[in-house]
Amino acid sequence: MVDAGWYMALASALFFIGAVGLLLRRNALVMFMCIELMLNAVNLTLISAGRALNDINGQVAVFFILVVAAAEVVVGLAIIVSIFRLRSSASVDELSEMSG
Amino acid sequence: MVEALLFVVLGLVALVGAVAVVVSTNPVHSAMGLLATLLAVAVLYVVQLAHLVAAVQVIVYAGAVLTLFLFVIMLIGVDKDETREEPLPYQRWVVGGVSLVIIAFAAGLTIFGNFDWVPAASSTIPSATNGTIEAIAEPLFTDWVLAFEATALLLTIAAAGTISLAHYRRRES
Repeated sequence: MVDAGWYMALASALFFIGAVGLLLRRNALVMFMCIELMLNAVNLTLISAGRALNDINGQVAVFFILVVAAAEVVVGLAIIVSIFRLRSSASVDELSEMSG
Repeated sequence: MVEALLFVVLGLVALVGAVAVVVSTNPVHSAMGLLATLLAVAVLYVVQLAHLVAAVQVIVYAGAVLTLFLFVIMLIGVDKDETREEPLPYQRWVVGGVSLVIIAFAAGLTIFGNFDWVPAASSTIPSATNGTIEAIAEPLFTDWVLAFEATALLLTIAAAGTISLAHYRRRES
């Protein structure tokens, strides 16, 4: 049995890669994929902690995170599409309507 | 032994996929890297006896969400001319500094902290956390039923919001 700490290390590496991608990339779609990456890393920590603690509630929490992430993706992609209709670009650098 | 082998191989697949998401210039390649990571993590769930969550991960994430991503990529076109020059010159330095802080924090936790930080682990009865449908449904519909109802409300609001977003632009133009 692999120790839970190793799963935590893998999950933190995944989370870190996702965070760096979110900060470095300019394409809104790729930034969204990086957010999904970070959510998956958190899910992995919950699953492995749930197994190490012998508690089913970790998996129930992952279930809720999956549902919320699905709702977030639907709304976010709709926003990206409507922005694209307005600006013909998916780059976040060109969005400056709200700067005062 | 089998679990260690699976962990190493699938962990490498997940890491390579995650790096591919970040570095590839074509968004379709990013989506494929995300798919590799999602499937590898799903197998890691199965290894950790979370069967139902692994199935939902494959169906919802690798199936529905990634299809939605690819659909939107095809809809708005693959713009390959994403510039790699930073319009904000200090941004790379800020990212580097934040990354160093996070790495130092994680390494400090790993080295100085308690690495096996879940001390109550009784590694004897893995069948108790066997994530079958019955095992998950029982707390889901008793302890977490309020959160479950709130999730239903959230999904309804998200669907209505998406429809109104799509409809609003059409009426505007």
